[in-house]
Amino acid sequence: MNANAAAVRVAFPSNWWARAGWLLLVVYIVYACSLLDFTWARFMIGLDNGARFIGRMFPPNFARWETLLKGLTESIEIAVLASTLGILVSLPIGLLAARNLMPVWVTWPCRLLIALCRSFHPVIVAIVFVKALGFGALSGIAALTVASIGFIGKLFAEAIEEISLKQVEAVRATGAPFMNVITYGVLPQVFGRFIGFATYQLDSNLRNSTMVGIVGAGGIGGALFAAFQRFDYDFVCAMLLSIIFLIFAGELLATRVRAVFLERGKVDEE
Amino acid sequence: MTTTALEARIWQRFTPAQRIARFAVYLAMVTAVVMSIQSVEVIPEFLLDAPEQMADLLKRMWPVAFSYYPKGVHEALVETLHIATLGTILAVVMAFPIGIMAAYNITPSRPLNFVARLLLVASRSVNSLVWALLFVAVFGPGALAGTLAIAFRSIGFVGKLVGEAIEEANKGTIEALQATGAPWFSVLTKGYWPQIQPAFWSVVLFRWDINVRESAVLGLVGAGGIGMALDTAMNLFQWDRVAMVLVAIFAVVIIAEIAVTAIRKKII
Repeated sequence: MNANAAAVRVAFPSNWWARAGWLLLVVYIVYACSLLDFTWARFMIGLDNGARFIGRMFPPNFARWETLLKGLTESIEIAVLASTLGILVSLPIGLLAARNLMPVWVTWPCRLLIALCRSFHPVIVAIVFVKALGFGALSGIAALTVASIGFIGKLFAEAIEEISLKQVEAVRATGAPFMNVITYGVLPQVFGRFIGFATYQLDSNLRNSTMVGIVGAGGIGGALFAAFQRFDYDFVCAMLLSIIFLIFAGELLATRVRAVFLERGKVDEE
Repeated sequence: MTTTALEARIWQRFTPAQRIARFAVYLAMVTAVVMSIQSVEVIPEFLLDAPEQMADLLKRMWPVAFSYYPKGVHEALVETLHIATLGTILAVVMAFPIGIMAAYNITPSRPLNFVARLLLVASRSVNSLVWALLFVAVFGPGALAGTLAIAFRSIGFVGKLVGEAIEEANKGTIEALQATGAPWFSVLTKGYWPQIQPAFWSVVLFRWDINVRESAVLGLVGAGGIGMALDTAMNLFQWDRVAMVLVAIFAVVIIAEIAVTAIRKKII
């Protein structure tokens, strides 16, 4: 009996739930593709177009390098200013949103504000600011500041919620006033992670500052979008190459800065 | 003698090199900010005008045109969700082989690892809006361009994290399977897959959450979804409809985040 049961035992039993899941996935894909009107013929026409498109992109045309350089500089300025402003504003907001230091009636509005800042893509926020502040770099700075507040504020609050309260209590026991408790008990514990968020956000702002121009908020995005609409694909290619180069440089710089401040600096996220 | 030498020692937290490096970073930051402030083009009239314009905008946005939802927003919203989901699925399908190729413990070949890494970095360093512009130029406006844009942008993210999860997999199970003479594919499905499964699902859910946000803007460049409704309403200066679209995006993003958090807690 026992030997029989052992013989029947399968090393990897079939998982019917998983199979049903895969089937459901396939059904969904077919349904969604038909809903969005994806057809093979369209795909093939697209491939044809794609070949012609790539043919027109090369060689990249750097003849209008002045426009290119002006756009890139503006993008960098937007990223730098938005990151600075965003960090300055998100510090107090993140602190006020930490549930282990503040009463509920303070954290609640702050958390809501952070959630609101986080839930819209920077380009959508830029649209609103373009209406309010007019075309130009200022709207881009405002939009990316909002995005930075959402990101750094959330992570900063979470970092503070994870600190050890022993040091805070020790500082408090010496009779230190509230601001000193924050400066000597809380901030040193989160400084390392804060550098991680800040450099990551600078990097992310640099990426987005090249895009907000699509809706008129300054930077190279405006020129990029205009070139696309004029079918100047060789200039588009030149701009894309310079944007990719800029982002690489930014990433390298961020890694260097992290290495200066942290022994083994690494931020977990893309 | 020795005691005074010991007493005279000054304890410092950082070495001089560290201090110089930090000072250089601070100096560079301040310089960058000052230079940016000096050269950025800000039109003062626009800045002075801002509170007035903002008030005007809010006044035009209120009351939110909820009646517009059934005929103009609902369909676009569903399309956005489909773009995000299909894009994520497509990205996973394409990212898996690249992720495997990037992991040195499955693909013990430096050149192949390097090529895979390069593909992943290229995918990540192009913004999803740029991907969308490219695909709109190739496939014409519509959801197909949006889905491909989301997929190509996500490959880098999913592939990188899948590759890292594979590299961190425990070798014991793998060696046990190899010792039984299991073929390569079985080692993959029975050895690696169970180990990377939790990380994999969490990466996919996280990316889907990001993609819901991103797919909402793709319509601005003609790649389908709710962004197109937003673009139309804006071009016609129908700000109450714009407000409706923004409310819809906000609701979907919040619901997606809550759903992702709930599923994550359950499966991990």
